[in-house]
Formats: sequence, structure tokens, C-alpha cells
Amino acid sequence: MSTRALPFAIGSAPKRVLPGFGLSLGVSLLFISLVLLLPMTGLFGQLAGLSLAEYWAIISDGRVVASYTVTIGAAAVAALVNGAFGLLLAWVLVRYEFPGKRLLDALMDLPFALPTAVAGITLATLYSSNGWMGRLLEPLGLQVAYTWVGIALAMAFTSIPFVVRTVQPVLEDLPVEVDEAALTLGANDGTAFRRVILPHLWPALVTGTGLAFVRSLGEFGAIIFIAGNMPYETEITALMIFVRLQEYDYAGASAIASVVLFVSLALLLAINIWQGRFIKRLHGGGG
Amino acid sequence: MQRIGDAPAVRRGLILAAVALSALFLLLPLVAIFAQAFAQGMAVFWTNVSNEYTVAAIGLTLFITVLTIPVCLVFGVALAWLVTRFQFPGRRVLQTLIDIPFAVSPVVAGLIYLLLYGRNGWLGGLLDGYDIQLMFAWPGILMVTIFVTCPFVARELIPLMQAQGSREEEAAVTLGAPGWTIFRRVTLPNIRWALLYGVILTNARAVGEFGAVSVVSGAIRGQTNTLPLHLEQLYQDYNTVGAFASAALLALIALLTLAAKAGLEWRAARQEAHA
Repeated sequence: MSTRALPFAIGSAPKRVLPGFGLSLGVSLLFISLVLLLPMTGLFGQLAGLSLAEYWAIISDGRVVASYTVTIGAAAVAALVNGAFGLLLAWVLVRYEFPGKRLLDALMDLPFALPTAVAGITLATLYSSNGWMGRLLEPLGLQVAYTWVGIALAMAFTSIPFVVRTVQPVLEDLPVEVDEAALTLGANDGTAFRRVILPHLWPALVTGTGLAFVRSLGEFGAIIFIAGNMPYETEITALMIFVRLQEYDYAGASAIASVVLFVSLALLLAINIWQGRFIKRLHGGGG
Repeated sequence: MQRIGDAPAVRRGLILAAVALSALFLLLPLVAIFAQAFAQGMAVFWTNVSNEYTVAAIGLTLFITVLTIPVCLVFGVALAWLVTRFQFPGRRVLQTLIDIPFAVSPVVAGLIYLLLYGRNGWLGGLLDGYDIQLMFAWPGILMVTIFVTCPFVARELIPLMQAQGSREEEAAVTLGAPGWTIFRRVTLPNIRWALLYGVILTNARAVGEFGAVSVVSGAIRGQTNTLPLHLEQLYQDYNTVGAFASAALLALIALLTLAAKAGLEWRAARQEAHA
């Protein structure tokens, strides 16, 4: 297939010094075709069997639309909370020295390292009415487990590293002179941060928050245990796909999955373009 | 030197807020896992872990992980070599394509494999004719695990190899070294820690993958149950202590992952200081 044809097709380009172009191109294209692209054909095959009206009926079904609302709403809240929390953590980890700092830094990666199902049952247990947190919060009238708040909490837990780890390196690279200039000109801390630091961090913060949002839209394992999974109320879209599959409604599952897939790929592309523009500006268009 | 936010009160307030929120939000769940697992003592924990189905789940999880890592390693190195050492049309597209598994919901990842290789899929139907069933069996679990973990190694290597440039390898070519020797003696020593970290991340995700695996596994106790699926079943059966015993094992792997990462970063920082 094209895996072999391509190296020869562009073989007329300037001679490459290093060996292994053909081999690495072959391995990469073979892998991407087999693992990433071939499976997509199954989805398109399934969708091709649906008429446009049928497709629309599935994806605009009341219960499914309710799941979009729940998922997008909770993911937006989780992303915004993480934007603020992540900024605080990145700031503290970069700017201050204090005992336990390295531990705190290591802890930031926990949500990526911890299997989502483990996070899910743990959060559900902690925030259920007799859990450590639930016992404290429920008398205050705040029920987390089996509500919308629990979904947002689980999403925030699994996606916090995206914000911290995107903002941190940018903050590290910010020269001291930026601070000095702002402060010698008489700005107080708050103003200086808002007017001088934040504009530098803004692109990274948006990228990190965007990645956190995309991750939250697709999250499954961490959420289903704490969500309660009540149709129309606390049912996320990923679970909706799962429910359709268990009903052997492959067409329904595929249609809903295609919506999720399209939205997340479009967002990923948008984030990549946004990030690409930002990096180009940073390196004087060399990017 | 004056910096923003250096006033003692601001500084103390911010550190306190960050530590308190992290403790509540990240550390407490970690503590809770082990507290639950050992809630009825060491003996009960051990009974749960050495249960026949738990052992089978651990075995399957390890088996899948051991097969996943070399595949991701070969692909990651090949792709990183390709996009950092050569200029060619479509280079950017390739780099975007490998991000797909990060953006796709695990459930959707499982679904697309089920649709293709399941009995109703065009390829699955074909294979079914030869009595080959990939879904609801370990090959399906392996395939989706490879799908969700394949970007990790490449994502660790690409920025590093880009930053290092290809000058050293080019020098080796001029000296007449053959390709594999260059890779082994010049490239590999430069990238080994990033490679190791990529493998650690791949391992963590392969061991813990839940959404994609739960779609294609069929979750037959003792046969197609990975450890995360096993703990889900225990949890749904109201066997909380049993579920958390398995969860503790997975959390332990997560902690080792974090420790390894901290160790590698410490090493890199020390090397930089010496250079």
C-alpha cells in the first residue's frame, strides 16, 4: 500500500543524511493506519447504514440531549475551577520555596497516574453520605455524590494536571525583569499580576483549560461511580453510548459516538492551532 | 530583587491555600484508598488480594501490559525519529494524528474497535468465518490498550529529540557508522531517560485503562476481567473492602509511577547543574 510507495514518491527531495527514513516512515504509517485509522472505518460503516433522519432522531433524542447538557455543563464548571486552582498551584510551585514543595509537585501528577476507576470508586466513597467528606458536607445541605456536583468534581480531579503542567513551564520562563518593571512603576501586587503577568500566561492558561475541558467531555471511569446515572439528570454522554451498546443498539451508540468524536477532534484541532500561533509568536515566527 | 507576590502575608496565604486545597482534593482520596483497603485489617486485605479471581485479573492485566509496552516503544521511537530527523510533507499531520487517542473518549475508542472487529463489523465478520474472535477476549483488550497508550512514548521523545537536534548523529554518519550503531551508541544514550519515562506512563495507563477495555472485554470473571474491571464488579456487588484491595494495588503502581517521575526529574536537574 501507500506505506511503501511514499518514500519513493518523494525520493527526489534533497538527499537525506541520516539513515532510517524508509523504515521509520513505514513503521509509523503502518501503525497509524492499523491502530488509529482502520478502526474508524467500522464507525463510518455503521453510520452509513443510517438515513439522515434516523441519525438526527438518535442524536436529538431527549435523553441524549439531556446528557449533552449535563456533560458540557459539568465539564465547563470543572475546567473553570481547574483554571483558577491550576493557576494558583502553578504559581505557588514556581515562585515560592517551602518545605514539602517537591511532594506537592509530585502529587500534581496523581490524577494521570491513578486509574480512573480507582479515582471513581474513591470519590464516590468519600462523598457518599457516610463517607469522610459526605458526612461533613451533607449537614450543610451540599450533596455531592449522585448529583451533578459529583460529576464536576470527578472531572476536575482527573483533569487538573493539564492546567498545572501547561502553565508551569511558561511561568518558569518568565524573566525577573517583568516583575521588576511592573513594581518599580508603582503597581501593587494585584494590578501587576493582572496587567503584566496574566497577559503572558493567558495563552498557556487557555490551552491547559481547553485540554482539561476536552478530557472531561470524554471521561468515563472516574464519573460513573459518583454520578448516580439517572436518565435526564446525572447521565453523561459517554455512559449514554455505553447504555446503547448494552442494549445492542450499535447504530444508536455509533451515532452518539460520532457526535462526541467530532466535537473532541474539532476542539483538539482548535487547541493545536491556538497553541501553534502562540508558540510562533513566542519564537519570532520560527516555529 | 523584588518580585510580585513576595510580601510575606501574600506568600503565606497562597502557599497555605494551595497546600490545603491539594490535600483535600488530591491527597485525601489517596489516603482513603488505603484506609478502605485495610479497614478490616491486613488479613482481610490479603484474602481479597489472593482471591482466585483477583489473581486472574492481575495476571491478565500484567499480560496485556507486557505486550503493550514493546509495541508502543517501537512505534514511539520510529515516529519520533521520523518527525524529528527528517523534513517531509505531512510531518505536521502525523504529529496531530498521534494526539487522537488523547482526545477520543475511552468509550468511543472501545466502540470503534467493537464495530470493526465485532461479529457485525466488516473485518470481524470476515475473521468470524475463520473462527477467530477478537472482541470479548484478550486480543480485543490488547488492541484497545495499544490504542489508548500509543501516544505516550512518542510524546515524551519528540520534544527532547527536537531540542537535541541531529548533529551528533550526522557526525556519526560522516565517520561511517551504520544506522543501527548510530541509534544504539549515539541516539539511545541521549534519549534513554525520556524513553524510560514514556514507558512508565504507558505502563500506568495500560494497567489502569477502564472505559475502552470495559466496552470490548465482556468482563467474564477469571477470564476477561482486568484489574480495573474486577474492582468495578466488586464495588457493584457492595464488596467495598474487596474493591479497595484491588484499588490499593493499582494506587501503589500509581505511586511508583510518581516516584519514578520525580526521580528522573531530579536526575535531569542534577545533570543540568553539572553541565
